[in-house]
Amino acid sequence: MSAATTHRAPSELSKNELTSQPKSALAWLTVPALFFFVVFAVIPLIGVLILSFARWDGIGAIGAAGMENWTSVLADPDLYNSLGLTFLIMIVSWLVQTPISLLLGVFTAGTQRYRAALAVLYFLPLLLSSAAVAIAYKALLDPNFGLAMGLGLPFLAQDWLGVPQLALGLIIFVIAWQFVPFHTLIYQGGVRQIPKSLYEAAQIDGAGTIKQFFHITLPQLKYTIITSSTLMVVGSLTYFDLIFVLTGGGPGNSTRILALDMYLRGFRANLMGPASVIAVVLVVIGLALALFLQRLGGKDKQGSQLEGM
Amino acid sequence: MSTLLKSDPVTGSPGSPTSSVKAKQSLRTRMKRLNIPGGLGGWIWLAIIIIPIYYIVITSLKTSEGYFGQNPMALPASPTLENYQLVLEANFSTYFMNSVMVTLGSVIPTVLISFMAAFAIVRGRGRYLKFVNGVFLMGLAIPLQATIIPIYLMIIRLNLYDSLLAIMLPSIAFAIPLTVLILSNFIRDVPNELFESMRLDGCSDWQTMWRLALPLTRPAIVTVAIYNGLHVWNGFLLPLVLTQSPELRVLPLGLWTFQGEFSVNIPAVLASVVLSTLPILVIYVLGRRQLVSGLTAGFSK
Repeated sequence: MSAATTHRAPSELSKNELTSQPKSALAWLTVPALFFFVVFAVIPLIGVLILSFARWDGIGAIGAAGMENWTSVLADPDLYNSLGLTFLIMIVSWLVQTPISLLLGVFTAGTQRYRAALAVLYFLPLLLSSAAVAIAYKALLDPNFGLAMGLGLPFLAQDWLGVPQLALGLIIFVIAWQFVPFHTLIYQGGVRQIPKSLYEAAQIDGAGTIKQFFHITLPQLKYTIITSSTLMVVGSLTYFDLIFVLTGGGPGNSTRILALDMYLRGFRANLMGPASVIAVVLVVIGLALALFLQRLGGKDKQGSQLEGM
Repeated sequence: MSTLLKSDPVTGSPGSPTSSVKAKQSLRTRMKRLNIPGGLGGWIWLAIIIIPIYYIVITSLKTSEGYFGQNPMALPASPTLENYQLVLEANFSTYFMNSVMVTLGSVIPTVLISFMAAFAIVRGRGRYLKFVNGVFLMGLAIPLQATIIPIYLMIIRLNLYDSLLAIMLPSIAFAIPLTVLILSNFIRDVPNELFESMRLDGCSDWQTMWRLALPLTRPAIVTVAIYNGLHVWNGFLLPLVLTQSPELRVLPLGLWTFQGEFSVNIPAVLASVVLSTLPILVIYVLGRRQLVSGLTAGFSK
C-alpha cells in the first residue's frame, strides 16, 4: 500500500509543479515518515477491522468467523458495561479536571515568585509513569500503614479497591492527580497569551476581578479549553495502564473500561476476534469525539487558533 | 488535538507573534488581583500533590520495622538504603538500560523522519503533500492503542516478537503525527526571506533543510524529543504485549512485575517507584524549562 502511494507521488507532482522544479524533490522527504505510519498505524487500523471478522486465539491459525464476533459481542452485556464506564470516567474526569486546571492555570500564570515555585512542585506527578502512580497509590491506600493512619483521617481507611463505587472514585481521583498538571500547563500558556489591553479596558469600565474572569479570561480561553478538553476526552480512551495496574478492572467488572476489556478479551481470554470488535468500537468513538469537538471549535478560526496554542 | 485537524499546510501564522509580546506585559497588573481564591486553591492542590510524594519517598527509606512500627507520615527513625539495594539487585539496571535503548531508538528516528516530512509539507506544494498532511492529521484523532492486536500479529509474523525493536517500531509510528504537526508549525514560523536567500545562494532543498531549517527549529526539536521520550519511557501497553522475557523488560514493566513479587515489602516497592522516576527527575532539575515546554509540546507555545 505504501509502495503504491509513493510511486504515484512523483508523477502527480510533476504535473502540478512544472514551474518550480526543485520542489518536486521535496515529496521524497515524506516517504520515511509515511512508510512507518502506513505500516505500523494505517495497516493495523485496517487489520483490526479484518480481524473483527476472524477467529484467532493469538497463537494458532486465523480463520474466518463471519459476523459471529460482532453478534456475540454486541449481545454481550459486558460491552455495554464497559461502554458506560468509559463514558462515565470520561465525563466525570472532564468535570473534575477542567475547573481545577483552569483555575490553577490562571493562578500559575501570575508573575509572583512563590507561584513559580509552586508550579515547579505541581508538575512533579508528570514525571511518574502511570504504572508507578498506580503502584504508589496502592501503598498509599493501605488502611493500616498508609495515609489514613499517617494523617489521622479515619474516613480514608476504606476498602478502596474492593468496593465498586470507591474503586471508580479512586480512579477518577488518581487520573486527576496525574493529569491536572498537564492541563494546568496548557491553560497557563493560554492565559499568558491574552492581550493586556482587554483587561485595561475592562478596568476603565469599572469591571471587577470576577467580572473580568468571566467576561475576558474565560471567553479568551475558548480555544484553549477546546484543546485541553479534546486531549482529555480522546486521552481518556487510553487510561489503560493506570487502571490495569491499579484495579485490573475490578472489583468484578466495575472498572473494566473499553481499552481494558479489549486487552483482557484478546490477551487473557485469547479471543482476538471479539477483542478486535471492541477495538473497532474504540476507534469509532475516538474519531466521532474528535470530530464533534472540532465542530465546537468552529470552522472559521482553525488556522490562527492552531498557532495560538 | 482535533481542533488542529483542519490546519492548512500552506497558510502562514497570523497573529501569534504580536499577541505573545503583548501577553508578557499583561501579567503583572492582572494577576495580582486574583490572589485570594486562587491562592487558597493553589495551596490546597500543593498539599494534594506533595503529601503522596512525601509518603512515597520517606517510606522507601524505612526499614520494615520502621514501616510497621512508626507513624506512616513520620520521618524514618533509622533511614536506610537497603530497599534501594534490593531493587538494584532485582535487575533494575537491565530494565533501565532497556528503557534507555527503547527511548533513544524510538525518539531519534521519529524526530529525524518527522522533521524531514514537516519540512516538505511546509515548503512544498501539490496534492500529494496535502494528502500526506491529511493522513497524519487523521492519525491524531485515532486512539492508536486500539491497533494493538494487529500490531501483535504483525510483530509475530516479522519474527520480532520478544525484542526491543518490537517496541520501537510501533512507538515511532504512533509518535509521527503529532511530531510532524508541531515541527511544521515551527518551520512555518521561519521567515520566507531566509529560505529565499538560501535559494539565491544556490543551495538545494536538502542543504536548506539541514543548514537553515534545522538550526532554527532546534528548540522545537528538543521539545518534541522530550515529549515523545517521556511517552516512550513511561509506555506500558506495547512492552506488555510485545515482549515476554524478563531480561527484555523496560522500567514500567519491571516495576509492575517487581510489585507483584514483592507485594509484602512496601518500602522496597516504593523504592522501585522512586528509582524508576529518578532519571526523569534529574532531567527535570537540570532542564526544567525545556522539559515543561516538552510536556505540552507546543499545545501552549
